[in-house]
Amino acid sequence: MKTILEMRRIRKTFPGVVALDNVNLQVKSGEIHAIVGENGAGKSTLMKVLSGVYPHGSYSGEIEFEGKIREFRTIRDSEKTGIIIIHQELALVPLLSIAENIFLGNEPTSWGIVDWELAQRKTRELLKKVGLSESPETLITNLGVGKQQLIEIAKALCKDVKLLILDEPTASLNESDSDALLTLLLGLKQQGISSILISHKLNEISRVADTITILRDGTTVDSFDCRIEPISEDRIIENMVGREMADRYPRRTPEIGDTIFEVKDWRVFHPEHATREIIKGINFHAKKGEIIGIAGLMGSGRTELAMSIFGRSYGQRISGRVIKNGMDIDVSTISKAIHHGIAYVTEDRKSLGLLLEEDIQTNISLANLNGVSRHLVIDEGREYDVASDYRKKLKIRCSGIDQKVVNLSGGNQQKVVLAKWLFSKPDILILDEPSRGIDVGAKYEIYSIISDLASQNKCIIMISSEMPELLGMCDRIYVMNEGSFAAEFSKTDATQEKIMRAIVSHGEMPDQTNAHNAQTAQTAHHGEYYGS
Amino acid sequence: MEANRTHAVPASQQHAAPNPIASPAANSDKNSSGFIKTALRDYGMMLSLIAIMFFFQYMTDGTLLQPLNITNLILQNSYIVIMALGMLMVIVAGHIDLSVGSVVGFIGALAAVLIVNFHLNFILASIICLVAGAIIGAAQGYFVAFFKIPSFIVTLAGMLIFKGLTLALLEGQSVGPFPDTFQMLSSGFLPDPFGNADIRLLSLIIGIIAAAALVLSKLLQRIRHARHGIHAEPFYFFIAKNGAFAGIIIYFSFLLASYKGMPNVLAVMSVLIIAYTFITNRTVLGRRVYAVGGNEKAARLSGIKTARVSFATFVNMGMLAALAGLIFAARLNTATPKAGSGFELDVIAACFIGGASASGGVGKVMGAVIGAFIMGVMNNGMSIMGIGIDYQQVIKGLVLLAAVFIDVLNKNKAL
Repeated sequence: MKTILEMRRIRKTFPGVVALDNVNLQVKSGEIHAIVGENGAGKSTLMKVLSGVYPHGSYSGEIEFEGKIREFRTIRDSEKTGIIIIHQELALVPLLSIAENIFLGNEPTSWGIVDWELAQRKTRELLKKVGLSESPETLITNLGVGKQQLIEIAKALCKDVKLLILDEPTASLNESDSDALLTLLLGLKQQGISSILISHKLNEISRVADTITILRDGTTVDSFDCRIEPISEDRIIENMVGREMADRYPRRTPEIGDTIFEVKDWRVFHPEHATREIIKGINFHAKKGEIIGIAGLMGSGRTELAMSIFGRSYGQRISGRVIKNGMDIDVSTISKAIHHGIAYVTEDRKSLGLLLEEDIQTNISLANLNGVSRHLVIDEGREYDVASDYRKKLKIRCSGIDQKVVNLSGGNQQKVVLAKWLFSKPDILILDEPSRGIDVGAKYEIYSIISDLASQNKCIIMISSEMPELLGMCDRIYVMNEGSFAAEFSKTDATQEKIMRAIVSHGEMPDQTNAHNAQTAQTAHHGEYYGS
Repeated sequence: MEANRTHAVPASQQHAAPNPIASPAANSDKNSSGFIKTALRDYGMMLSLIAIMFFFQYMTDGTLLQPLNITNLILQNSYIVIMALGMLMVIVAGHIDLSVGSVVGFIGALAAVLIVNFHLNFILASIICLVAGAIIGAAQGYFVAFFKIPSFIVTLAGMLIFKGLTLALLEGQSVGPFPDTFQMLSSGFLPDPFGNADIRLLSLIIGIIAAAALVLSKLLQRIRHARHGIHAEPFYFFIAKNGAFAGIIIYFSFLLASYKGMPNVLAVMSVLIIAYTFITNRTVLGRRVYAVGGNEKAARLSGIKTARVSFATFVNMGMLAALAGLIFAARLNTATPKAGSGFELDVIAACFIGGASASGGVGKVMGAVIGAFIMGVMNNGMSIMGIGIDYQQVIKGLVLLAAVFIDVLNKNKAL
């Protein structure tokens, strides 16, 4: 069998971070090649290298496609050769029709005038190929996610695709839609179209994949040919997570006190679709000096849970109880939540956490302006002292605290956000992906700060997609899935395998509503935090 | 992005990889050429104003800086400056207010109807007008802040509504004249108790006191900063800068004193400029306005009630537009249906020339004031030179574009 694509020794770095190192990938002609790995293992980065999002020259290593060395500078370059990527976030224009979307940027024209009759006829043929019977004039917004996914594939077929890349195509689909999509993939394989499938759902992978490549920490760990011998899920999981736990976390002797924080029967609905339940009756508790972790995939509802507790900054029709020190507290607005000693450090520090154009001290005092002012007049000296103090304590590296935060590195920006919330004097800190986008050295510093906080008797709730981080830091770990907690592990019996199993074995979605939830949880990341 | 996890990181090696983004800024802040660059950026607009004034002083053979003309310049631009204070807050909060010109006309008409037709006491009438302005601002701010309707649309509607209401209120006629007491608001001067015919001593004294107060307050601030170890500008620069400011204030108060003295409206304007500078720089409210404009979501997640802040900027804008309306009506000594039309453009231009960012979060009160005077000096200078209203508009447009363009270039370089 011919090799259609070979990527050799791919290395891609970002400032301070090695994202990919020595990655090798070989895709045979007419096969379905699955790529698996944890969040952040480098799957999406690899696909961006392949499709020209990161232009040739910004990475090292070589790409050979159909026997020729390729140097893609843009996505258009890769599309011209027949490599088409379908991203996790669909790139369809909701208020245009199916035909308009399929031919977007590629309209059949004569003398500059679009031949819509031709476009519609071709669209109808393409729709038939992907198993849809919709009219080409239907607006995208009237289709479900599953069908939208198929439209994306039709769009790819229209461009004469040779290698189709699907980045977690079924993450937001229900079971029947997923099934249709996988069947279509198998059909395309019969027509000789190769595809790369990125997925977390091992059951799907074992159903369709011919070859599986496993990525971990930015390198290829192994590649299996399933046609020779079937591979067990256990072995995949082992390879996905299997690594030595090095001394990357500060040593800490937990001194766990009384229960300080409890959330009971917490239910939240989507901010715009009042019938979609995003958080389905969650119960949890946390103790003084304890670090609890919330594991789960992106879109499982972790951020939504945290934000809904933090002053209802996400969702509507929120019900349930929040209890601190045995008493019900009112967290119906953000300022009330802050007043009750809750702080939420966002996962998206640039768009939700910082005033990028302001300096460090302005950012640090923002959540507690009363702490630096007298009679509503800001005491600049006090503000300066507070910021200088945190600069020293958290080792914020900057030219001065009057430096704009936009000019700081990711790790130092994260410390500024942490400083802001520490200055609000919280008892309960919710940290959402506290080490995302931070280089290794700064990660260790962030972990040390978190440990220190716990030893000061604060209660830390840490949301993370990186399992080693949770295992290294947390005293107790909840696993979240589809808006509810699927499992709870204590530090002693938590392993990456167990957590991963709790996540992937939950992968099959039982019914339609869940599928919608997963979809909406995803769209929630695009700025819909402020419902009702 | 994923870090390379294969190596353990001992605590001793915590230093992050040298950060290529942060280091240039760090250097430029420390060496002195970088400091001068920052100072040039901060005071560039003021230097431009001075350059423009020198230019017209030369082109008009010294007419521009004659005491009479300076007095006129202040009277002509006072209402623009006052509205620019409110507009700056609105723009910093991330909005815009297109209705202010129409509100000026409407409030002028309201004042005329109350004072001239109904013979209401002018103080009472002025209070009613200011309250009406605040209500107008509140009505528009309500839709912008709480219903998230873009301010451009809401205030465009407001512009039409109040233009129409002005016509309705005046029944298409001009109403006037106002009693003398009301005119004093705009055309009056501070009284001169010393009775010197050549020079209005009180105005000069006020100017000197103001200059002294400025230097003293800056000095106190410097001492306060030093006590907390806040990094300050070099002392020679501090002396030169504040000396220059004090000199300018004394020079202008001398010019005014040698004519009729300090106009009442300058006193009002100065008090407002000082108050708004303080509010934006030093108060919690001011800080919140900048935070909301800089990143509304981050501000909201920091516990700031962002809708209320936006609402407040509109109420404030409405009230200042009402004050400007009163001053303008008093200056014309009549309320006309066309009063105030096009003012919103001058006011908005003043803010942008003064360095405010259209996307919010950035802008200074002094910048807006200087922007207003740049527009004012250009109007005045070009009129004296005899340039027609047609080319005046073209030139003003080009200056607005150039000012914002230079600002954008500067910012890109700063990054």
